[in-house]
Formats: sequence, C-alpha cells, structure tokens
Amino acid sequence: MGRRVGGTAGDEPPPHTDRNADMFALCRLTDVAMCLVAQRNLDSPAGRLIALRDVTHSWSADLGSPSAHARCTLAAPAGPADAASRASSGPVGSKECRAASPPTNGRPSGAPPPQAGLRRRERLCGDLKKQQASSSPGLLFCKMLGFLQHPVTVTAEVNLNMVALTAMGLLSRLWQLAYPRAVVFDEVYYGQYISFYMKRIFFLDGSGPPFGHMLLALGGYLGGFDGNFLWNRIGAEYSSNVPVWSLRLLPALSGALSVPMAYEIVRELGFSHCAATGAALLVLIENALITQSRLMLLESVLIFFNLLAVLSYLKFSNSQKHRPFSPRWWFWLVLTGVACSCAVGIKYVGVFTYLLVLGVAAVHAWHVIGDQTLSNVRVLCHLLARAAALVVLPILVYLLFFYIHLLLLYRSGPHDQIMSSAFQASLEGGLARVTQGQPLEVAFGSQVTLKNVFGQPVPCWLHSHQSTYPMIYENGRGSSHQQQVTCYPFKDVNNWWIVKDPGRHQLVVNNPPRPVRHGDVVQLVHGMTTRLLNTHDVAAPLSPHAQEVSCYVDYNISMPPQNLWRLDIVNRESDTDVWKTILSEVRFVHVNTSAILKLSGVPLPDWGFRQLEVVGEKLFRGYHESTVWNVEEHRYGRSQEQKERELELHSPTQVDISRNLSFMARFSELQWRMLTVRSDDSEHKYSSTPLDWVMLDTNIAYWLHPRTSAQIHLLGNVVIWASASLATLAYALLFVWYLLRRRRRVCDLPEDRWLRWVLAGALCAGGWAVNYLPFFLMEKTLFLYHYLPALTFQILLLPVVLEHVSDHLCRSQLQRSLFTALVVAWFTSACHVSNMLRPLTYGDRPLSPSELKALRWKDSWDILIRRY
Amino acid sequence: MPPAAGGGLAGSELRPRRGRCGSQAARAAGRDVATETATARSPKRPAPLSSRRFEAAGRWALLALVTLTSFATRFHRLDQPPHICWDETHFGKMGSYYINRTFFFDVHPPLGKMLIGLAGYLSGYDGTFLFQKPGDNYEHHSYMGMRGFCAFLGSMLIPLAYLTVLELSRSLPAALLTAALLTFDTGCLTLSQYILLDPILMFFIMAAMLSMVKYNSCANRPFSAPWWFWLSLTGVNLAGALGVKFVGLFIILQVGWNTLSDLWHLFGDLSLSMVTLGKHLTARILCLIVLPLALYIATYAVHFMVLNKSGPGDGFFSSAFQARLSGNNLHNASIPEHLAYGSVITVKNLRMAIGYLHSHRHFYPEGVGARQQQVTTYLHKDYNNLWIIKKHNSNSDPLDPSHPVEFVRHGDIIRLEHKETSRNLHSHYHEAPLTRKHYQVTGYGINGSGDSNDFWRIEVINRKFGNRIKVLRSRIRLIHLVTGCVLGSSGKVLPKWGWEQLEVTCTPYLKETLSSIWNVEDHINPKLPNISLEVLQPSFPEIMLESHLVMIRGNNGLKPKDNEFTSKPWHWPINFQGLRFSGVNDTDFRVYLLGNPVIWWLNLLSIALYILSASIFAVAVQRGAHLPVKVEGLSQVLLRGGGQLLFGWMMHYFPFFLMGRVLYFHHYFPAMLFSSMLTGLLWDTLLRLCAWSLASYPLARCVHVLGILTLLLGTAYSFYLFHPLAYGMVGPLAQDPQSPMAGLRWLESWDF
Repeated sequence: MGRRVGGTAGDEPPPHTDRNADMFALCRLTDVAMCLVAQRNLDSPAGRLIALRDVTHSWSADLGSPSAHARCTLAAPAGPADAASRASSGPVGSKECRAASPPTNGRPSGAPPPQAGLRRRERLCGDLKKQQASSSPGLLFCKMLGFLQHPVTVTAEVNLNMVALTAMGLLSRLWQLAYPRAVVFDEVYYGQYISFYMKRIFFLDGSGPPFGHMLLALGGYLGGFDGNFLWNRIGAEYSSNVPVWSLRLLPALSGALSVPMAYEIVRELGFSHCAATGAALLVLIENALITQSRLMLLESVLIFFNLLAVLSYLKFSNSQKHRPFSPRWWFWLVLTGVACSCAVGIKYVGVFTYLLVLGVAAVHAWHVIGDQTLSNVRVLCHLLARAAALVVLPILVYLLFFYIHLLLLYRSGPHDQIMSSAFQASLEGGLARVTQGQPLEVAFGSQVTLKNVFGQPVPCWLHSHQSTYPMIYENGRGSSHQQQVTCYPFKDVNNWWIVKDPGRHQLVVNNPPRPVRHGDVVQLVHGMTTRLLNTHDVAAPLSPHAQEVSCYVDYNISMPPQNLWRLDIVNRESDTDVWKTILSEVRFVHVNTSAILKLSGVPLPDWGFRQLEVVGEKLFRGYHESTVWNVEEHRYGRSQEQKERELELHSPTQVDISRNLSFMARFSELQWRMLTVRSDDSEHKYSSTPLDWVMLDTNIAYWLHPRTSAQIHLLGNVVIWASASLATLAYALLFVWYLLRRRRRVCDLPEDRWLRWVLAGALCAGGWAVNYLPFFLMEKTLFLYHYLPALTFQILLLPVVLEHVSDHLCRSQLQRSLFTALVVAWFTSACHVSNMLRPLTYGDRPLSPSELKALRWKDSWDILIRRY
Repeated sequence: MPPAAGGGLAGSELRPRRGRCGSQAARAAGRDVATETATARSPKRPAPLSSRRFEAAGRWALLALVTLTSFATRFHRLDQPPHICWDETHFGKMGSYYINRTFFFDVHPPLGKMLIGLAGYLSGYDGTFLFQKPGDNYEHHSYMGMRGFCAFLGSMLIPLAYLTVLELSRSLPAALLTAALLTFDTGCLTLSQYILLDPILMFFIMAAMLSMVKYNSCANRPFSAPWWFWLSLTGVNLAGALGVKFVGLFIILQVGWNTLSDLWHLFGDLSLSMVTLGKHLTARILCLIVLPLALYIATYAVHFMVLNKSGPGDGFFSSAFQARLSGNNLHNASIPEHLAYGSVITVKNLRMAIGYLHSHRHFYPEGVGARQQQVTTYLHKDYNNLWIIKKHNSNSDPLDPSHPVEFVRHGDIIRLEHKETSRNLHSHYHEAPLTRKHYQVTGYGINGSGDSNDFWRIEVINRKFGNRIKVLRSRIRLIHLVTGCVLGSSGKVLPKWGWEQLEVTCTPYLKETLSSIWNVEDHINPKLPNISLEVLQPSFPEIMLESHLVMIRGNNGLKPKDNEFTSKPWHWPINFQGLRFSGVNDTDFRVYLLGNPVIWWLNLLSIALYILSASIFAVAVQRGAHLPVKVEGLSQVLLRGGGQLLFGWMMHYFPFFLMGRVLYFHHYFPAMLFSSMLTGLLWDTLLRLCAWSLASYPLARCVHVLGILTLLLGTAYSFYLFHPLAYGMVGPLAQDPQSPMAGLRWLESWDF
C-alpha cells in the first residue's frame, strides 16, 4: 500500500519518470482494470510536484499542468511522454560515460520530439538538485518559511494495484484453509513442537532456531489449542480440539503478503509498475508457493521475512538519498535488522539472506565513506547507525527469541537427557525434582553420581558392578580380571560413588563438612561394593591404546592398587575452587600414570552387559568433553556401616537449596546442542538433490485423501520455474557483457540505469544464489521445498529482465511489439499451467486416473494413482 | 594533508630500475636498507658502478646466508631417529611400491610419492623395507636419500619466502624477518625432516607464489623473456602442487584470481588493442591452464606406466581397470563368458570404491535387526567374496555332470549362496543397521536351505527378458522378490562389529543409482569352457577419470570416527595442540610437531594488526586523504603486497572449515607460510611508518633497525628454547621439573 505523506516535505526532487508504453500494452491485453490502476499511480509526478510547490511556489502552475494532463489521458499519450523522458534522460544519464557513442541507444526511431514542458521540468529539477547540493542552509530556511506560510496538509495515496494484489493473495492462500482436516506432510513434524509449546514442555529441535516454531505455536495459542493431539502419522484426521484454521493462518498470511511485497520490491528497485505487477502476479500464481503457504510449515514465513528484509533495506537505501536520519529512514533501517533476525530465527538458512543484505549494506556504506561532501562525524554517525541496526540489533532480537523460548518452556520433557545436568535442573520437574535441595559443595565422605559431560553416544553415569573383566578376551589378550567399571545410561544404585580422603578411613562427612578443592587427591569408593576406582598399565578391553579402569580386587599377585586420583576442575575460576554439585566440570587425573578417566563410548560385549567402556586415557591429555564428568546427584554420607550405607544409597536425596543458571549460560548450551545434535540423515522417498530443483525434476506428494484420489503435491508451475531459471541465465550473460563493454568505455546503459540493473541483480540474482548454492555443500536430507526461498528471488528477477530486454534490446517498434506479444503469450501459458495444476495444489477435487496421468508431465514426477 | 614531508624524497622514489622488473607498488614504496645510501643522489645520475656492484654482492651474500642457515637447521640431525616416524609409514611404503612397481591406492595424487620413490631409488634404497608401523627400525636400509630429498625441498622454502617478500616489499629487513620466522619455526623444521608429502607440497606452493609475484613485477614488459619464464614457471609449479595433494588447488585458485584481476586491469587499458589483449589471454591460457594440465596428466601417465603389477590397490578399481595389471586374475582373463547356474562368482558394485559383496561368519549384534549373519561389501579380494548362483526352487547340485548346463537369464529368480558359510543372501522387513529406512540384508539358512526371503530376481540394465548374462560386461540389479527392494550398498562404514566394512542394504526406493548396480567379476564354472575374454580395455581418459573418482571418494571417506579426538581448524593458528611424530613415554626418543609458540602467536597478532592497519589506510584513501609520498608508498606495499599474502593465508586456511574429512594439524602449514610472510612484511612496514612519524626526533632512524633486530633475536632465542621439539627429546616428560622441557609446556594441551 503506497501512502505518501506530502505536507511540508519540500525536499524531495521529482525523480526521473519512467513510463513504458509497451509494458502498458501488455497490461492492456492482460488486465485492463489493472492497467487503469497502474496508470493512475504512474510514479505520480503530481504528488511530488505538490511538494515542489512548497519550495518554488511560482513554478508549480505551469509545471503541474502537462503532467496532470498526461495522467488523465490514459495510455495513449504515454508513448510520447515516455519517449520524451527517455530522450531527456539520455544526456543526463551518460554524464559519467562520455564515450557513449550511439545517442539513440535502443530508442524508437520515429519518436516525436520531446514536449517542452517536460524538458523544462527536467532542467528545473537539475537546477533544484544543484541548489540543494550547494546551499542546503538556504533551502532549509526556505522550507521553514514554507512551513510557516502554508497549513500542514496530508496527502494520502492509495495504490489500488497493491490493494487488489493483496486481496488476491489473501484469497488464494486463505481459501478453504482448514481443508484438508488432516495432518499434511511435515505438519506431523512441526505439530509435535506446537504441542510442546502448548504444554510448556522443554524440547530440543536441531532443525532451526525457535522463532519459527513459536510463530506456529502462536497460531495454536490464538485458536485455543490445548496441545492434546498425537502427531504420529501423515494423513491422520485432526480431532476437534485442533484449531486447524488458526494454526495454518500465520503461514498463509505471510504467503499472501509476499505478493504485494514482491510488487513493492520491484518498484523500489526502480522498475515500472508493470514489471512490479508482473512480479507480484507470478508470485501469486506460483503453485508451489501456494501449497507451501497453506500448511503449517515455515518456508512461507521465511520467504516473507526474506522479502521484508530486502524491501525494507531498499526503502531505507532510497530514503538515504533524500533524508538520512529522518524517522522514516530509521524505521526502515531498524525494520531491516529485525526482519533479518526473524529470518535467521526461523531457519538457519535465513542467515544467507542476512549476509546478502549485510554485503549490499557494506558496499553502500563504503560509498558513504567515499562521499567527501559528508563530514567525518556524519560518516561516523552513518556507520554507527548501520552497525547498530544491522549487527547489534539482530543479535539482540535473536537472543530475545531464545529468551521467550526458554521462558515459555519451563517443564522438563523427553529431550532433557541431551542437556547437561545443570540445564535439566533448571527445568521444572525431571531432574530438578531429584536434585532439589542437594548440598552444593562436595565434601570428603559425599555420596555422588558422576555423569559424563560428553554423553555420546548416550548420556550415562559412571558405574560398577560385581562382575569382573574376563580373564582372557575373545582376541586372546589378557585382562586384570578385576571388577568392571563402565558407563551406564540408566539410573541405578550402582552408580553411586563415595568421595574418600586417601589419608583417612572414614566414609562419612565430618561436621563441619570438609569440601574437596581443585587439585586435591581423592579416592572414589564404589558405594555398593566398597571397592576403589583404580587404573593400571593394562590395556582396556576395546581401546587397547588406553588403560583399563577397574575397581581394585586384591588377588595377592604383584599388581598393587593404584587408586589415587587428582581432581581437576575444568571450569574453575581460581585454583582453590571447591568442587560443586552439577556446576563443576571435573576431570580425574590418575596420580601414578597421569592417565585421565574417560568415556570411550564403545559398548562392551555381552560379558560387560553392553554398557559403555570407560578407560584411562594416557596418550591424549588435552581437553575433550569425554574426559569431563560432573556430579549429578549428591548427598552427604552419614553411615559408616556398609549395611546402613546400602540402605542410604537406595533412598532418595532430599535437602534444600536452590540454584539457577543464567540466561546466557542456558542459551549458549541450548544453541550449541541444537547445532550439534545429530539427526539421522535418512534417505526419504521424496528427497532430492539441488540439481533436480532448477528445472523442477521432482515433486513431493504431501497428502492423499483417504478415500478419493484428491491429493496435494508440492509441485511448481513449470513455466515459471523454467523461465525464471532462463532469466537468471540471461541476466548473468547480459551482466557480463555490459561489464566487459563498460570496461572498454562502451556504455550501453546510462549510468543510472546501469546502477539500477546492478542493484536488481545483486539482490534478486544474488538472493537466488545465496539461497540455492549453499545446499550443494550441505549433507542433510534435502527436499524440493528448500528451493522455494531461492525461487522467490528468481521470480522477482524475471520481470526485471523482461523489462530490460524490451527497453534496451528491442531496437524498433516492431520488435518491441513482437516481444510484448511473446510476453503476453508466455504469461497466459503460465496462468494456464497454474490453473491446470490447481487440483494438486489445493487438493480440493478428486481426479480420474486418466486426468492424473495427463498431469504427469515429467517421468520423474510422482503422482499418486489409486489402483481400484 | 600537505605532501611536504615526503616531497623531497619523491624524485628518488620513482627512479626507474633498469635491467630489473619492478612493480609499480614496489617502486613507489622505495628502497630497502641497502639502497638507503643512494637516495640522496639525483635520479638522473646513475649510481657509481662499484657501489652498485657492492650492493648486488651484498644481496647475494645475504641470500646465501639465509639459504645456508636454512639448510643447516634442516639437515642437522636428519638421521635421527633411525626409525619410522608418523606418516613415513605410508609415504615411505608408497615410495617402495614405485620401486617395486606394484599397484596401490592412495587418496593423494601420485607426484609426491613418485618423487619420494625416485629419491629413494637414486640413493640406493631397494624397496625391500616393509614400512609396517611407526617405531620400526630402519636397520641397514638406506632411508637418508628420501629424508634428504624432503629436507632439501623443505630448506628451499626459506629462500623462496625470502625472495617473495623481497619482491613484494622491496625491503631487505622484511625479507630477513620472514626468513628468520620460518627458519626458527620448530613446526616447519619438524615437518621438513621426514619422508612426508608436506615439504614437497609446500615447496611447489611457495615456488608458484614466487614465480607469480615475479611475473607480476614483469607486467611492464609483457612478452619479454623473463615474463614468459616466470609465467610458465608458475604453471609448472601449479601442476606440481596439485600433483602432490589436492589442497594444491588453493594456490591454483589464488593464482587464478590474480590472473583474472590482472586481465581485468589490462582489459580496462584502452591503449591496448583487442589483438594484444587476445595475445595476453592466450599466453595465460597456455601457461596457466594448458601447461599445468599437460604436466598433471603426464604425472598420471608415468604413474600408470610404472605401476603395472597387481598389488594391494586393485579392489578399489573397476573390473576393467584391473585388467591392465599384470598378476591380476583379470589380466588377459580367461573365464566362461555367460553366467550359468552353479557358477561361483564375485559380485562387484559399480559405484567406485564400494567393493565386492561379502559375508563372513559373524552375526549382526543384538539390537541391529535380526541376529543373522552379516553381509557387507569389502574392497579387498577374499574367499568370503565368493557366492554360488543357484535356482530358487531346486536344491540339487547344478554341477552334477548329469545335468545339462543351464544359463542364467535376465529376469530369472535365483538364490545366491555364500560359498564359505553356505548361507543364502537374504533380506526382510527389518531396518538396516545404519540406513534406517532400508531393509537389512543378511545371510540366512543352513547349508543352502532357507525360506522365500532368499529369492532375488536378477535383471540386466537396458536388456530384454531372456537374454543371457555376461560376465564383467552386464550391469545387473538384484531385486528382492518378497519386499520388492533393490540390493545396494549405502557406502557407509559399519562400526567395529562389522569390521569397518561397508553396509549392504536393500533399498525400497527404486532410484537408479550406481550403488545398486553390480557386475560379475570372477566366474568359475568347470562345466563351461574358459574363453579368453576381451575385457573392455579402458582408455587413458577413462582411467584418469576413474582414479580421480576413487580418490575423491577415498578422501571423503576419511571421516573422523565417533569419540575420536580430532583436530579442529580453529585449533591450528593458536598452536593449540601438536602431533606426536615419535615416542610417547619418557624413555622414548620423542619428536613433537608443534609450531614455535612465539612465532605462531606473533603471526596471529600480526594478522589482526594487519587487518586493522590495512583498513585504516583503505578508509583514509576512500575518504580522499592526501598521504605524504613516503606513507603513500608504504600503504601501497601494505595493501597490495600484504593483501596478496593475506589472501593466500585465507585461501589455505578457511576452506578447511568446510571439509568433512578428518583433519590434522599439519594441514595448516601452507597457510602458516603465508602468515609468516605477512608478519615479516607487516612489521617492517609498521616500523618504517613509526620511524617516519618520529623523524623529527633524534634516534628516530634507529627505531626501525632496533625493532627488526629485536624481532630477529627474539625468534632466535625462542628457537633455542624450543628446538628439542624438533630435534628430539629424551628424558622425563615436560610436567616433570627434571625434564629439559620443564616450564615450556605453556598450554595444557601440549603433550611432550
């Protein structure tokens, strides 16, 4: 919606108008009603002239009339006006390139002479610009006077074009939104997280940051969803408590709003209304985009924020030329930052668009630095403002997502195990219930369970049991035949160890307790068997390079006990730090051999009950998480007698102190786990490779009606996909061609057109490239929908290239008409294809097998045909 | 800013250097210490002959000194320790393979190992040492030739770096500082002293860099003899770098980028006609693409010519490839042509480096599908790769002479019985061990009798039903009759229980990929006549392509295993952790690959400092500040010369972050060379700037000299402290106060 506030804004010089007769012809043929709207809004010189009038009051009368005239008489006089503006722009534009040889570069030969009024206006504008540049204080004064002399007026413009596009977008995305009332494809995946949000249960999802999930959950919240639905199968019917419509509403709205945003982006890039309308219409009718936005999926939201970031950056950079540091300028700058972090917050791939915007902003900032009309202080202000809005703000917003995420999810849940003990203890229920009220400082005589920090392949606790290592292993090596020490992934009474002072015999805590500090030498006594943790120069059962760890059994042979361990607190703040429950990460360094107690993670054979092997690592003494342990459950030992102690070990721990992790600690742990959690990269029936995407060689069957053959597919409009790819190719070739020729001082395009062309390419072709090419390096399972953000950018490029071809490459009127006709034919076919694929997009109508077969245009498409 | 300060110097700055090629930047940058005396003279009057001779002699003497020091440090105690260290076990072994002419497989291109083999051959090594494992004593075998060759190339790095920095900065102190940094770095020293690929690789990288810089300096005299010389030398060295390891690609990218920007520069020069530009372009294509490519291919031609005997690498390659190797059973093969029931066969996957269908007397462990016999793929030739092809419905012995020969035809339903264990190839609705969405493939049944899940339909790709199946040529698929899935290999490595062989699955997705297509390789059937089979003799381009695919797969296959301590790229520049070359305990002779921490941390600091100072200069230029001529020249050196070095460092470092394969500390050393050169150039420039800004004070001139001297002496002293790392330590470990290295273990993670 274009809404311009005029009033006292007197400093906006009329930009060079660009009207395009041929695109109008196209408009007329395709959509006459649209065209009327487009014509009315054609850059509206009048609107700006109103502003002009405030400054140069006396000129306004004779200036306003010719353009107003042009505005009223619809498309017919647009031809000469167009020609005039271009003719006049020629010399202006080629100021930079003096060697520009052909003066009528791709211009119609029979164009009538330019209208005097318009030419004069150009000149005046030039004067005005100069005046503005040279004596801005004078202008400022002028402006102030204008403000005093005239009443404050507000001129609002409503772009009906945009209204219509928005309405159509909403219609296409919202129509029958609650159909099908069944789980469609990845809804089964996102749905479970929505349920977790509704129930406030903590979860961990490695696929992306939480903002996307939160948005979907917001839909559930608005619809009053209680989270009670079992998301287990694609195609399962929703029960009545699931508010399908409101759950799907947010993705659908973002999909719908992408349509007018496409329009605005192309406009802000400086191309005609016709091109902008074309881009919006292509986004509107693209089947894959429609399908993806009508379901509980995140791509459409991601696309929305990608486009919003680009659009607001463009708005910002366009207002940069006129009024830096105005509220409008700030608004768009800040919005760029926020939109970028939202995009990243939905999926990590959003970071590529963010980087693109940052890159373009950096280039523009570099120009600002080079602008020697600005003072150093002002340049610094510009840079600081950009850094704050485009770097600092996104980080803060990103943190905010996690803050809300952690605020919402405060209950323990199924993914607790992956997190550290400290994190688990910060959740309500779960470990917190067990560890609540444990003594904080580990003392000599404490009873503890030791959890490995690395926890790979599964989180587990240091464990021992009566069984001994087999005398001889399968491969003929011998062992010490002492008691096994393993790591056990389940809670068990055999996980309890007692921290003992080597110099004393007692196994209870003194009063007052004597805390264990970093560097202290301790013995670890296994609670149930009272044997001491020991390691010696015997090869470990499965990792022969490391030492065996056992609980020492005295067989009266020449193998002395070596059971002294030095405590090394890894995350200590000082060298006298006390060993703390849950919080301290400690390593046990063997005093005799300086081996380190380590989880090797290899499951032992049957004799070791498939528990995980624990070894003494002597080769590698650097830091690794698998050598680090923390105390999870802890209580002070009270009974010296073994029998009593066993009873004590069986009873739960209960005392009372509370502790909390800071937000940053929780955030960094959660983010790290999310990035490192390994999802099984499984092959999927509909997985595809990036090469399949460009020409749409694959599809995804999303849903099939349980009885009829109605079905939903993620299937794009082939015409649009193919032509968008061709347009990208054409852009690249033309760009290289122009670039080389410019290097030889041959300017095919006037400077301003060239800059416009480059910016359009950087954002649209660049947007495509950064959202597409990285997938070649990714090892995860890829699907067609990963391509949609890239496709959206590609679609934006398509009308830009078409307009360029028509403007600059068609040399005669005849060629241009022919080209226009071609474009119309192409667009009609795109609409036709879109319409043909509509049943597969909405899944609203069962098709007969023959119809379905007819729709299978490529052999690689998988369209489901029921066998009766 | 008025240019007054530098005005007086301007004339002499632009003095043309006749008889030498000099870059714009370097000329503007002015002189080095040795030419300092010449500045006062008028540019028009050439310096007296004697003084110039003296100057040139001084330069040569300095270069000779640098070279000598470098050789002395590298060759000192080269024979120690007289046992295999670290990867010598691989590369020495491969050198022996060349001497013995047996075919082997390695993930790196052949040039480096060929050179090692050649050095060994020339120095009288006979290829008989087994190179079994690190720590084995060389005894009477001559290993000094190979070590000496590597040490020679490793010593050459320092003069090359010296000349490169000299060319980029036109400043002797900068070059000297660079040379000192590299000479006194224990890491470079250690890496140069053993039979490894790295010294060879780094030599080619540095030589390519030097020739590129030299040729850039010749830009004002295109098509002259030196220009051609340096351009083609760049190409030769690029071929060398890529021929040793694939990471040589990074220097190719750097040279490519440099060439592109060079061409872009020329293209914008309107005084050059299109014909001249065409010549420029052709010269570069010729020297930087065609020449290296030809040399690279030539190394492969030599490689395949030399290695003509069957060896341990056969199984990695396709059947057609193996037919080239004498001693291989496919060489001049004589086997029955068509598959018949009762034949004993081996089945090979068509995807590169997957291997033969294999089974052995071990079960899948509990929790991994059904506890039945494992079926895997295995790259080496083995009795357990043999299968008997049988009819699905009769268990009679088809080799019974009373039965007529019955050929297997496309579309037949068969059973495959494992010859050694008499179990049938079997699949069922259990998930596969690693690829959860596929079905498990097992060996099932007793003495060949199983159930209907043992039935497979054999299909030939692109053939009609009823055709016979040809050995070697036919591309077959095995489709499981009950579940309809296709036998394939996922290419994933099974854990220890599966002996790290590759997983075999039955995939329900009928996608046409090479990993589910097989061919029959060995074929034994006494009832059929053996006929000499003209196996497809692959052409040279096919061999090239295949060996590259196998190498790339091999490289990608070097994944770090679970729970293995792996080196991360961010560890490297901070010298976080070294590599143990030899010895563990305090009784051993220990060599530990670790950079000299003083140098490495200085390098790290310099990169940050460089980025800071370069951006200050860049912003100043962009803001249109007028720099004094002297400063202008220094800033050009910093931005252009330093820029190239920084780019080199980034090109040789950052790509490792994207690599999925297992990484080691020594991968950083090419980048470290660039970073040291940057350090040398940066500190010299900064000290000059410092001296310039203090010019009004007395003693200001000394700032530069003093600064450089401090740095030189500091690095030399740190080398004195840390030299046992490279030359070997004996005695207690560093944490022991008795140890000679006590107090030098500055980071917990260092392990010596």
